Amino acid sequence: MFKNRQKTIAWAIFTVILLVTLSLEGLMHPHVVFGPEDTLFFNAIFGFLSCVAIVIFSKFLGIFLKRKESYYKEGGND
Amino acid sequence: MTDLPIPPAIIMILGAGLLPFIHKYARYFVVLVTPILACAQVWNIPVGENLLSLNIANFELSLLYGHAYSKIFGTIFTIAAFGAALFGLTQSKLSETVSAFIYAGSALGVVYSGDLISLFLYWELMAISSTLVIFASDRKKSKNAAMRYALMHFLGGVVLLTGIIAYISLTGSSDIVAFNAPTSILIPEFWALDMNAIVMWLILIGVLVNAAVPPFSAWLPDSYPEGSAFGSVYLSAFTTKTAVFVLLTLFPGTEILIYIGMFMIFYGIIWAILENDMRRILSYSIINQVGFMVVGIGIGTEMSLNGAAAHAFAHIIYKALLFMSAGSVLYMTGKSKCSELGGLYRTMHVTAACGIVGALAISAFPLTSGFVSKSMISSAAIHEGMEYVWYGLLAASAGVFLHAGIKFPWFVFFQKDSGMRPKDPPLNMQLAMGIFAALCIIPAIPGWAELTLYKMLPTPTDYKSYTTEHVVSQLQLLLFSGLAFFVLLPLLKRTPTITLDFDWIYRGFGRYIVLGVALMSKLPIRIGRILFKKMLKKSLHMISHIHSPDGVIARAWPIGTTVLWSVAFLGLYLVIYYF
Repeated sequence: MFKNRQKTIAWAIFTVILLVTLSLEGLMHPHVVFGPEDTLFFNAIFGFLSCVAIVIFSKFLGIFLKRKESYYKEGGND
Repeated sequence: MTDLPIPPAIIMILGAGLLPFIHKYARYFVVLVTPILACAQVWNIPVGENLLSLNIANFELSLLYGHAYSKIFGTIFTIAAFGAALFGLTQSKLSETVSAFIYAGSALGVVYSGDLISLFLYWELMAISSTLVIFASDRKKSKNAAMRYALMHFLGGVVLLTGIIAYISLTGSSDIVAFNAPTSILIPEFWALDMNAIVMWLILIGVLVNAAVPPFSAWLPDSYPEGSAFGSVYLSAFTTKTAVFVLLTLFPGTEILIYIGMFMIFYGIIWAILENDMRRILSYSIINQVGFMVVGIGIGTEMSLNGAAAHAFAHIIYKALLFMSAGSVLYMTGKSKCSELGGLYRTMHVTAACGIVGALAISAFPLTSGFVSKSMISSAAIHEGMEYVWYGLLAASAGVFLHAGIKFPWFVFFQKDSGMRPKDPPLNMQLAMGIFAALCIIPAIPGWAELTLYKMLPTPTDYKSYTTEHVVSQLQLLLFSGLAFFVLLPLLKRTPTITLDFDWIYRGFGRYIVLGVALMSKLPIRIGRILFKKMLKKSLHMISHIHSPDGVIARAWPIGTTVLWSVAFLGLYLVIYYF
């Protein structure tokens, strides 16, 4: 699946860490204040989805806001 | 230190004044010792007492007054000055160091001002000296950026001054007293021109300009990357955090700050994600982090105010560390764009390691200073039952890891092989980074926050950050945000572009207005020129018609005849005169 061994190993280690983090869910004794907070793996899912939302929104804004580096013509004689 | 009421600000400024007159190696000594002396003095100053007054023109200036949060801000400002001085010890230009020390000193001056007038004097001194720091930079576009920086800050200063003057004439006192500002006063009915509200807004806006609150924020990402590798470390520490201090002291609990802060947080994240220059990413990150502090101030409970102050403390350290790391890369490679960097972990071990520590700290990873400080604000939000604010802060924490925790180290040190193999920077720079990396970790060792960080807060706090729940939920949040980063990596490719910001108003749009005005003003001149030419031609024609060699007069009266007649008349006159 991945092009080289290094990348595969890195991803494997990362996945293991992620799974360990998820499994620690059992240790939590959440004193939940707000509703959805006690869904299983709430923080993991919320974190992942927030990031996806942020990246997509940024790409969208970027369509309007990105310009070439020379946009603000410097070296003015004014 | 002593019982003499010497403001820490004066210590720093005197140190700055000494620097140009002493030998190079003595300078290194002075530059490192001055912040330490100032810090010692900070710990000498009690809360609530005015130690030094000056009477000028019937106004009483309190130049050494310890506010509730003066100690924690005074401490971190002197630490930041020390670290930045060490970082640029042999490499900084003299003019840069002198300006930077005056800058740090005036920040301390604001923190220990007891009245609005001395606050304003130090405020303006900060603006001037920080502009000089940018001017001293070796970057090409720094002069232009410094001018824009100066303009924005003087504009903010004028607004602030107007508010202060109005406040003093309204209330008769110039003492620094917290405003009690419920939203109803700040957003008055349109037909009720409440002087109190206007005064408060003027002062608030003046402070918000320095706090880099959008739309007054564009000066920050515009100018900080134009400072030198060393100057920007100073710049990142003082202006915005001084504004945070003033907000803490004057506007605690002002509800509108919660929403302003939330906007700042996400604005910072999104613009940081779009950015290519690594120090611009860090600059937007400053706006993002200050947003957290502003939210904390807005919530206004003891826990959230303490959280904002603790966060400011931790932030100055890890932000300075990040700027040092970026500055080291800039110093050793000459490049600052993510699209041109990468793979530096191979040879810049210390820089990469310290950069990663800073990145983890800003993300509030467990075992870093961010973890034991930032979460106080979210905790306060929970206590006040502010559900959406809390969700917002949670999403924001994920976003912080995304744009600063991973993006910065990844694109600079890993990502692709840029082909460059720079070594780690000179020893003093590595030492400065190492010390600050340690400072990111030490207060975060379980149980140590109470002994170090929390001790400096004005009121005792029993906040416990190392609960299983907090650690596990934070790890989940951050690690899965990291997963999102790598999954979405193709979408995050760095492009050699810039992103438009609010400064487009005066740099982009403003340019068109100036061009239009110039064209319009050229018009009367053009018309005038044309008319003048015509008139000139006509008069020349007339004159030559009469007076030139083949003109009317010349034709009618040949020279000889004229001479004869002149002599005849003169003779006649002579005769008449004598008889």
